[in-house]
Amino acid sequence: MTIRVTVTVNGTEYARDVEPRLLLIHFLRDEIGLTGSHWGCDTSNCGACVVWLDAKPVKSCTLLAAMAHGHAVRTVEGLEQGGRLDPVQQGFVECHGLQCGFCTPGMLMTARWLLDRNPDPDEAEIREAISGQVCRCTGYENIVRSIRWAARHPQDQA
Amino acid sequence: MASMQVPSQVEYERATSVEHALSLLTRPETRILAGGHSLVPMMKLRLAQPEVLVDINGLTELAFIALDGNELRIGALARHADLLDSSIAGELYPIMHDAERVVADPIVRLWGTIGGSLCQADPSEDLSAVFAAARATAVIRGRGGDRMVPVREFYLGPYETVVGQGEMLAEVRIPVRQGTGSAYEKVSRRVGDWSIAAAGAVLRLDKRQRIADVGIGLTAVGAEHFVAAQAEEFLAGRAADEENFAKAGAIAAGECHPVVDQRGPEDYKRHLVAELTARALRRAANRVSPAP
Repeated sequence: MTIRVTVTVNGTEYARDVEPRLLLIHFLRDEIGLTGSHWGCDTSNCGACVVWLDAKPVKSCTLLAAMAHGHAVRTVEGLEQGGRLDPVQQGFVECHGLQCGFCTPGMLMTARWLLDRNPDPDEAEIREAISGQVCRCTGYENIVRSIRWAARHPQDQA
Repeated sequence: MASMQVPSQVEYERATSVEHALSLLTRPETRILAGGHSLVPMMKLRLAQPEVLVDINGLTELAFIALDGNELRIGALARHADLLDSSIAGELYPIMHDAERVVADPIVRLWGTIGGSLCQADPSEDLSAVFAAARATAVIRGRGGDRMVPVREFYLGPYETVVGQGEMLAEVRIPVRQGTGSAYEKVSRRVGDWSIAAAGAVLRLDKRQRIADVGIGLTAVGAEHFVAAQAEEFLAGRAADEENFAKAGAIAAGECHPVVDQRGPEDYKRHLVAELTARALRRAANRVSPAP
């Protein structure tokens, strides 16, 4: 049995017939080919799969695609605007916020959400915001620096 | 893709109203899908294998937090983040903010619901002890109307509640009384993890600073109905002081039934119950606002 799921992803509407059990992360990666979001632990612990559903980040391995029907999803591919990187992306470049890059898409989406709510977060607030996400390379130090960099350069936002 | 975890085949229904949800729930092997942050992982592991999911995320009429007379009412679809953001909840019951700060992580808290937490009835889930301590009432809705069940009678055992087929938890109501203070104390291995042990206390003091009412909830230590009933009984009518808080902690540590697991041995968990119960009582007493 399949159901029709229509989701607007990064401003483009996609409609697919999928099994109700299909997870949003697999809808994004396998059905519409947006592989920027990473499928990680599959237990909602690591946060590599974080995307936005409407205005809120969500671990997309724990949401059925059907639950996104009629809603807007924003993925890491939707951060860049008009050929310019989002400040959080630029911050990760400037401050070496990634090594292997596996956790990065989720970190970026959570960072953007944090800065939209709190444009000048201190280190503790940044660490709290990303506390549901795992990075096995950086020790988090450079991720915190990258998000601080983005907070100091909001003018770069399109 | 061999190691990919996916749920079993399942039917999916999107509820358009509470009445619609209730009619869908009359089918056997049907589960409500709210935040899904317990149910979906359990379905991946085949610990839950419903035949039908009823998605209630569209039922925004169940997503309220409001003071109504002398009751704080929390709709089943209110998210953990909503409760943490609610100034009225934090003011009347700081225990709720204490607990919500340490439920999972900020992203999970955006989606997980209050109703889902209670109905999941996980022995390690924090809000069960909070609502038990506060002597909350669960409002269970069925096609024949509502029935009120004290949260202390809501659980039949791990992962099992009194919510029957064709019914759903609609809201939780918490009594609001002058002179009440509350607090929640949790110890876990790392940020976002389940409790090794946790204790919540809700205290009401009389004019002589004696304990008029007390509720003590315990998390993850096998306490019957998530409650330390003997410790509560000991404290009733006594002075709200350090000596009595320590004795209540010792009683709570003796009456619960922690099990040995990867989070620690039994004696360590009992030690935590004694200490965390006393701490929660102390902090709750310090938070009692003086009578007007």
